Amino acid sequence: MTGDLAAKLQLYFSYPFVWYALIVGLLIALCSSLLGVTLVLKRFSYIGDGLSHVAFGAMAVAGLVGLTNDMYIVLPITVISAILLLRTGQNAKINGDAAIAMISVGALAVGYMLMNIFPSSANITGDVCTTLFGSTSILTLKETDVIVCIIMSVVVIASFLLFYHKIFAVTFDENFIRAAGVKANVYNLLIAVITAFIIVLAMNLVGSLLISALIIFPALSAMRVFKSFRGVIICSAVISVFCAGTGIFTSILCGTPVGSTIVAADMIVFFVFWGLSVLVRRKTQ
Amino acid sequence: MGNLLHCKDIVLGYEGKAVVSGLNFNISEGDYLCILGENGSGKSTLIKALLGLNKPLSGMMIQPAAMKAGDIGYLPQQTAIQRDFPASVREIVLSGCLPKCGLRPYYNKDEKKLAEDTMKRLGITELAGRCYRELSGGQQQRVLIARALCAAQKVLLLDEPVTGLDPKAQNELYELIAELNKSGVTIIMVSHDFAAATRYASHILHIGAHCQLFFGETADYLASDVGKIFAERDTHERTVTEDDR
Repeated sequence: MTGDLAAKLQLYFSYPFVWYALIVGLLIALCSSLLGVTLVLKRFSYIGDGLSHVAFGAMAVAGLVGLTNDMYIVLPITVISAILLLRTGQNAKINGDAAIAMISVGALAVGYMLMNIFPSSANITGDVCTTLFGSTSILTLKETDVIVCIIMSVVVIASFLLFYHKIFAVTFDENFIRAAGVKANVYNLLIAVITAFIIVLAMNLVGSLLISALIIFPALSAMRVFKSFRGVIICSAVISVFCAGTGIFTSILCGTPVGSTIVAADMIVFFVFWGLSVLVRRKTQ
Repeated sequence: MGNLLHCKDIVLGYEGKAVVSGLNFNISEGDYLCILGENGSGKSTLIKALLGLNKPLSGMMIQPAAMKAGDIGYLPQQTAIQRDFPASVREIVLSGCLPKCGLRPYYNKDEKKLAEDTMKRLGITELAGRCYRELSGGQQQRVLIARALCAAQKVLLLDEPVTGLDPKAQNELYELIAELNKSGVTIIMVSHDFAAATRYASHILHIGAHCQLFFGETADYLASDVGKIFAERDTHERTVTEDDR
């Protein structure tokens, strides 16, 4: 049985597209885990969800215009929405969560409508399902997709590392930082833009409905156990990469959909960490 | 004693609407100023003005050239986010040095040393590796004061620092603040704790509904009509709450 599996894996890994999928998957997992802690702690978990729906709408528009690479439309629209959502979050006229719900549901509806009115292929339901839940599309990546993904990941990781201390301070206490003369809004904006980048990236892997899971689960798991910000970030990055790897392998071997398998792995890890934290707390008490 | 801030006929508010007007007061180096006032009297608006986040609608705020935005170390009220925040004490204290970094992505040796020294000064060195959310309320406030002192050494602005602490921790915190004041830190504290304010502060600024009721030294305040009325009300409230217990 194990020999069988090994032979199967060996066969799969002789194809470059499996390697591409693995590289892209792991990079996306790493990027999406970095900002998860900040988004959870700033009560922005749903921004990820809202933005991914916007990205879905943007993808429909891209299909309508007939661009060869939808990134050119999806990325700017998502970044702009991220900035707008953050603005309304601070402005009391429309509540942050209501604004997010409005924009995300609106984008979802418009996107689906456009896809139906101007179908780009015969199989609309299949297209929709792919964009929502991610699909085998990760196994059909071309070399240029991989290069784009690597460049975007490097941008995300580099900006996170360069602004790590600023992101920490803005997450922990915006009032203090602003009073000390630091431009907190600039860093909030940076967080929103990086989030938008991550979401556009992760659309390929898990589809727009499951992105929040990729962003939030590793952070929540790590927060159960670790006690310093740095510890939580490192742990959630490790969890996320591990789950993405496990998920991709499982889906190759068992034929399950990639996105939901990764999310399932993330969930299992979350429950394990949750159990651990309960045990530790009982022991210390 | 150098003058730090001179306010003359200040009107504060938002979008052209005045919240509080007619503020006249001075802050000198080494002062311990307590700002008293009911909820909604414009205390938080005044804090924003002192921090330079909100410009007065009219009046004059004169600061010597040596004072600039960011020279006041600020202890804000705790937010819900912080209560379950996974961060070590050292990380939080160090984040007080952030304004010194400018665009530099990491802290340098001097800043790390400043953070360690400040933790020693406040007696929280042994907490450095602990998780912030597991500390007691009093310890948390010490951590935030250490962070504020990393940002600015001369002036501290404390926004109701004892809220939510038990009486013992309240006293300890007041003593700590008094000690810092003795070592030369100018203290500006917003509070509605009448008894502690009159015991510790050197100056009192009392804001009533939309206008200034009193500014001056604490002894003069206690002798003034406003001070007497509030002293009476305070003792009355204390007896009522003690009866409740």
